[in-house]
Amino acid sequence: MTATKAPIEPPPTPRAVRRPGDRIFAGSAKGSGIFILLVLAGVAAFLISEALPALTAPSEDIPGGEGLASYIGPLVLGTLLGAVLALLVATPLAVGIALYITYYAPRRIAAVLGYVIDLLAAIPSVVYGFWGLAVVAPTLVPFHVWAADHLSWIPFFAGPASTSGRTMFTVGLVLAIMILPIISAISREVFSQAPALHREAALALGATRWEMIQMAVLPYGKSGVIAGAMLGLGRALGETMAVAIILSGGAGATVNLISNSNPSTIASNIALSFPEATGVGVNTLIASGLVLFLITLVVNMLARWVVNRRADFSGAN
Amino acid sequence: MSTATQSTLQASSPDQDPVRVEQRLPRFAPLGLFLAGIALGAGLSALTGFSVTSTIIYGVILGTLAVYVASRAVEGRRKATDRLVTSLVTTAFGIAMIPLVSLVYTVLDRGLARLDADFFQASMFRVVGEGGGAYHAILGTLIITALATAISVPIGLMTAIYLVEYGTGRLKKSITFFVDVMTGIPSIVAGLFSFALFTLLFGNQVRLGVMGAVALSVLMIPVVVRSCEEVLKLVPNELREAAYALGVPKWRTVVKVVLPTAIAGLGTGITLSIARVIGETAPLLITVGLITGTNFNPFDGRMATLPVFAYYQLTQPGTATQAFLDRAWTAALLLIILVMALNIVARLISRFFAPKTGR
Repeated sequence: MTATKAPIEPPPTPRAVRRPGDRIFAGSAKGSGIFILLVLAGVAAFLISEALPALTAPSEDIPGGEGLASYIGPLVLGTLLGAVLALLVATPLAVGIALYITYYAPRRIAAVLGYVIDLLAAIPSVVYGFWGLAVVAPTLVPFHVWAADHLSWIPFFAGPASTSGRTMFTVGLVLAIMILPIISAISREVFSQAPALHREAALALGATRWEMIQMAVLPYGKSGVIAGAMLGLGRALGETMAVAIILSGGAGATVNLISNSNPSTIASNIALSFPEATGVGVNTLIASGLVLFLITLVVNMLARWVVNRRADFSGAN
Repeated sequence: MSTATQSTLQASSPDQDPVRVEQRLPRFAPLGLFLAGIALGAGLSALTGFSVTSTIIYGVILGTLAVYVASRAVEGRRKATDRLVTSLVTTAFGIAMIPLVSLVYTVLDRGLARLDADFFQASMFRVVGEGGGAYHAILGTLIITALATAISVPIGLMTAIYLVEYGTGRLKKSITFFVDVMTGIPSIVAGLFSFALFTLLFGNQVRLGVMGAVALSVLMIPVVVRSCEEVLKLVPNELREAAYALGVPKWRTVVKVVLPTAIAGLGTGITLSIARVIGETAPLLITVGLITGTNFNPFDGRMATLPVFAYYQLTQPGTATQAFLDRAWTAALLLIILVMALNIVARLISRFFAPKTGR
């Protein structure tokens, strides 16, 4: 990004010709850039304009009948709950994977392994939903039962255990798998950029491989891991179809991860309710979408800010 | 576990005799110990009713422990920690493989049943039970994705050209930043945006194929910009300078020199961006909806798309439940195949259209 290779203009001749082709081309290139900014502003503007009726509507008209805040509140809780759980599971795993690919795997197959991990990102989210419902949820039922028996003193595992496995816990794990490639891709990029001199110096002083990583790689890659985790968080917050298919939601605000009654998430609630919604219901859903947009916007801007402090990598594929 | 330790350093800790020769485990000892741990895990698993899952879980834990303890006894604390981390990191990679293998296996297992000619030839028009297919949905997906590509590529490519060739100062910075931010817009929000836009234009309850294309474009444009920008940056400045020196106008330099040089990378990036949006479900669910018959006109009414088709087949099965589930899984399989094919095409493009370095 910093490598601005400003093409060197021809030296200004006394009569520099401004050709119309140049002007049109430069203008349309600049116009496209400005258009993108307008689109982003438009996303916010159109969402706000369509959400306004819900903000001004009497609270009885909002679905649920208790006003906008109490409709969106549990959804925000559910969204954060699933995404944070995903982040807690995915980050250590992703860092491990990134370290494995950059410093442990045999050189020849490391690129292939990286490509295999990236395949996880290529699978459409609706397919993750199918798989989560058909495989992950039933597989995790024994864990739900065990957690309800032994860990019920923790509010997150209060139980009673779900018999279908369609819980926030399952959703969190599936989301973790979905954001794994994002976090590990960015971690990989920073880890591989750790200065070779530092690494070799550490090894030359007799450090083991892990000590070398501790001394030279992790401090260097910390901000990249944080940025990757936040981008993953943004993806998990907005994930729709997998959650909509797996979760049996809509039960109001609860932090219980393993019972049949879970809060829904903003995105999945929109996907499930939108096709049948009418009138103020549509506006309410758009208002909740606006909240989601703002949350992800803040998370992404923070992540980008962290990334951009270290300018040599982008994070975008 | 990896036994190949590259470091052949004769490290000596300061608190020990400096001339002591470092004790090391024999080359294949860690692997052997790890396998022994797995075998023990299998035994333990057999005690509680044998299963592959518990064998792997017990085995990996016991194997890791065995290597750690042996290394600790022979090689000392630092080396043992190193081996422990090697085990953990490799296990992390192994854990990530489980979902990939399981997912691909499940989708293949359940999706192959209906992957027949009928699936590609029949629509769901007047189909309530068995039979039927996704002809209409496949075509819908192709039409809407093509439309989204037609919208996104010119805008994205021109923006990338602006950023690399023309952009300076704050406008360039803010475009770069907001394009990055845009990559994080949730797909459902893109759908809501398109819905809100078209509702304002055409009134309530409007559902059009083009709405889906607009929503997909919002997701696709930032990806196109980023990948094209990266590629254009790689074009050596000498080429541009050579063109200027010959008196070629800047815009012709870009069109005739820069773009042809970068064509392979541009093709790869655009193909990958198509792969990114072709499986998107949520925005299409709320903007395009679903119909059972074929509709080729994205400017007139609802259309069927493959992901939405799969979703509704799974979640709203009719009386013949199994037929609906089969179709859903086959559609999911087809989606994966489409995405993978696009990924492979992207790689082939970058291989075969790479600039010839004739020197």
